[in-house]
Amino acid sequence: MPEQTFIVNGERVTVEVEDNVRVLWVLRDLLGVTGPKYGCGINVCKACTSHINGKAFNPCAVQVGDLSADDEVTTIEGLPAQASEGARGQHGLHPMQEAWLERDVVQCGYCQPGQIMAAVALVRKVRDEGRTITDADLDGIRNICRCGTYTRIREAIRDGETRM
Amino acid sequence: MTTTDGPRTVNRRKFIGYLLGGATVVAAADLGMFGRGATADAGELPTLPQPAEIADLSDLLTLAAAPTSQLITVTINDDGTASFELPRAEVGQGITTAAAMLIAEELDLPLDKVHVTLAPARPELLYNQITGGSNTIHAMYTPIRVAAAVAKGALLQAAATVLGDSANKLTSHLGHIVAPDGRRVDYGRLSALAAKEQPEAVEVQLKDEGSHGVVGTPVNRIDALDAVTGTKRFATDLDVTDALPTMVCRAPTLNGTPNAVHNADEVRDMPGVTHVATVPTGVAVRASTFGQCIDAVRALDVSWNDGPVAGMSDEDALAGVRAAEGPVPALPAGETVSGDFTFWFRSNSAMDTNSAVADVREGRAEIWASLKNPNVAQGRIAEALGIPLNNVTVHVVQGGGSFGRRLFDEPAIEAARISHAMGVPVKLMWHRADDARVGRTHPLATSRIRACYSGDTVLGFQQAHTSIETDFRHGLGDIITAKAADLPAGLGNLPFAQVIFHLTTILPYDFGAVGQSLVETDTRFNTSSMRNIYSPDVRTANELIVDQLAQRMGTDPLEFRLSHLRNGRLRTALETAAEKAEWGKELPEGMAQGIGVHVEYKGVTACIMEIDCRPETVNRKVRNAVTGPRVTKATMVIDCGRAINPRGVEAQMQGCVNDGIAMTLTSSLHLRDGHFQEASWDNYFYTRQWNTPPELDVVVLESTEPPGGVGEAGVAASAAAAACAYARATGTMPTEFPINHQTLSFDPKPYTPPVPQSPTDGLDHTY
Repeated sequence: MPEQTFIVNGERVTVEVEDNVRVLWVLRDLLGVTGPKYGCGINVCKACTSHINGKAFNPCAVQVGDLSADDEVTTIEGLPAQASEGARGQHGLHPMQEAWLERDVVQCGYCQPGQIMAAVALVRKVRDEGRTITDADLDGIRNICRCGTYTRIREAIRDGETRM
Repeated sequence: MTTTDGPRTVNRRKFIGYLLGGATVVAAADLGMFGRGATADAGELPTLPQPAEIADLSDLLTLAAAPTSQLITVTINDDGTASFELPRAEVGQGITTAAAMLIAEELDLPLDKVHVTLAPARPELLYNQITGGSNTIHAMYTPIRVAAAVAKGALLQAAATVLGDSANKLTSHLGHIVAPDGRRVDYGRLSALAAKEQPEAVEVQLKDEGSHGVVGTPVNRIDALDAVTGTKRFATDLDVTDALPTMVCRAPTLNGTPNAVHNADEVRDMPGVTHVATVPTGVAVRASTFGQCIDAVRALDVSWNDGPVAGMSDEDALAGVRAAEGPVPALPAGETVSGDFTFWFRSNSAMDTNSAVADVREGRAEIWASLKNPNVAQGRIAEALGIPLNNVTVHVVQGGGSFGRRLFDEPAIEAARISHAMGVPVKLMWHRADDARVGRTHPLATSRIRACYSGDTVLGFQQAHTSIETDFRHGLGDIITAKAADLPAGLGNLPFAQVIFHLTTILPYDFGAVGQSLVETDTRFNTSSMRNIYSPDVRTANELIVDQLAQRMGTDPLEFRLSHLRNGRLRTALETAAEKAEWGKELPEGMAQGIGVHVEYKGVTACIMEIDCRPETVNRKVRNAVTGPRVTKATMVIDCGRAINPRGVEAQMQGCVNDGIAMTLTSSLHLRDGHFQEASWDNYFYTRQWNTPPELDVVVLESTEPPGGVGEAGVAASAAAAACAYARATGTMPTEFPINHQTLSFDPKPYTPPVPQSPTDGLDHTY
């Protein structure tokens, strides 16, 4: 069986699995990294949103064989380490996670790891564009939340942006 | 204060509880007092109290739970923490946090030292282990406090021995018992000392509600840290030895069944696949990863028996409902306003799809799932496997949403059958397409209303609601009532539905002769409650007609409502909402405000929405999305009685607003040729960021009334407010919901194979 090597949350891993298995299942079913959630498997609900080399991606839509040994996958579990020690908040977490706690965003919590990972990527993206988050940016977020926590998500992203 | 002098009469705040035998303090409640009353406010032409105003569904559930409430226990551990197994399901509504707050309050313990977990199935609890009707806090407010107070009393008694003072001179402070001279001893040390060898009945007096310092204060959820770090565990996150990923290949028509599998051996040889087995609901596959399960499901070649609605469309289902409609009762003479509304099928699919872990081997079954009726699940699994009830263990796992779905246990039973057939543990997960197409729905319904008036007096208001059967075969939490509801041909379910309808339906206006009736028909669909039962549809129809009456009389919709409301709490809520929302403010053409109000769950809600129906808004484009009219501002005011956690109440109201908007504007299922066409979130249009109100204000009113329910409380008023705003903005009263149902906004995914393949182009869409 083919060996697949890539980096997950700062650690290089090797798993034996066919090339076509999507990264979401390699993370969840083989590596036990369950922060990214399954919500659709076709890259529409965005519950599995994680980062690859610092950019948001959906591991349900990437074959593990398409990753190289130096590709760095970051899931919600690895997000705190993405912030410098001084930037982490009172819970030792990434500023966006701290903003999420401050606003008590979560209800059932299922979609929230994906929401947070999307929010971090969005802030980085607009910052690279030399601007700040707008209402239109928030309207464009595709991550679905069936509990309807959208208002607090919007507030937390704006708060997290100032903390990042 | 474990015992008191004088006669054993129980006054308003005194309760009997029990200290149970054991190594640590285990305290329980005993209850038997429920006084209820209802008054009707004077009005123009008074409407007699409706059944739900005298005793409602929450009262029924609370009364049913009362006899076993002494089996609810709070334990003090030797590390000074308290533990409580909540006999309800946490699915996002915040009841674990509220329960922890009640215990922290009564025990005088920091909130982070109270551990609340979910109790496994406990058949001895009978009707006291159903999570529904937003009833948890109403039913458990007193039992939890009594159990905590009994424990506290035992700690005081034990401390009296340790500190050499009498118990009534001692006080508590955040996990310590303190003597007048300042010496202190922590709860952990007292726990073993306070333990009883034999159960002992004691009388306790609860803390005065006016002195509450934790209850009523906004706090964050106790599970928030786990959720934001990805460590909160849902059923599919559990690591149960050898429980490999498992999925089911399902029939192309709704509730079809497998006839023959033609390539089981071939599929069993696919990469990662370990087992293939046929069960009544389809063909199950088990593999190393869910991705390989998807491949195997797609590869299976199966002949199917058609399901019971093969060939049908939702227009056919509607025709069936029309045929079952009875007459709308006659009204006194006068001018008449009437309406005839259709509410299409809607999905209560949660983010966390139907899932369950099952290990069925050697005549024993162990199940892990999010279940709001674990006792019924236990009974049905025992029956399905032909093993004794005592051999079935059902663990209740936190659910990633429910919205009514987890009142039912089909994933747990299916997982048990699959594990039994394969002889190995399984982690069953429904694909999103399964969850959307075969999962439960809010039934299609019609609501016909006739109201008559003379001058500015409403003389009568009659509503005939007709619906595809709403499934209540979950009973009241126990296998007995579930069985009673499951009599053949709907004979058990239909009376259940009548009771539930009349215990949840209130028209809160003085409209003279008010009558509301229900007829249900057609038992072939998978239905259930959906973050409310009948109320969102019933109230949307009501409020649209209320606006019509106001218009006929030339009265402002707000003034008309305020002058006809017969509920003082609701009047206050509506006045507050009107002020906060700036009712009547100038808006451009194509925009308007609308009002919805509701009475249920021992509380009231008033919602005002502002909608933008201008073409530039309605026609805005978002890829793979429904845009349409945008609610630009929502104001929700709730009086839910005493709010245990106002921050949690606010969160539930925000969610309810989004549900109401979805039900009115965007969300429905389309039945064509015997199957629901929606297969994922790009087909089913629940409210998204581009639909949610940019401005959303929630006001939680201060109240001294007993705590009511909040999880569903705001949906009906929200759905109605969105509908009324839309009608006023467009000048046309909508008659079907959601308003966009006649437009299919997506290309249906195939039915064979039943689940779509995951894409491979994810790296092209990074940001």
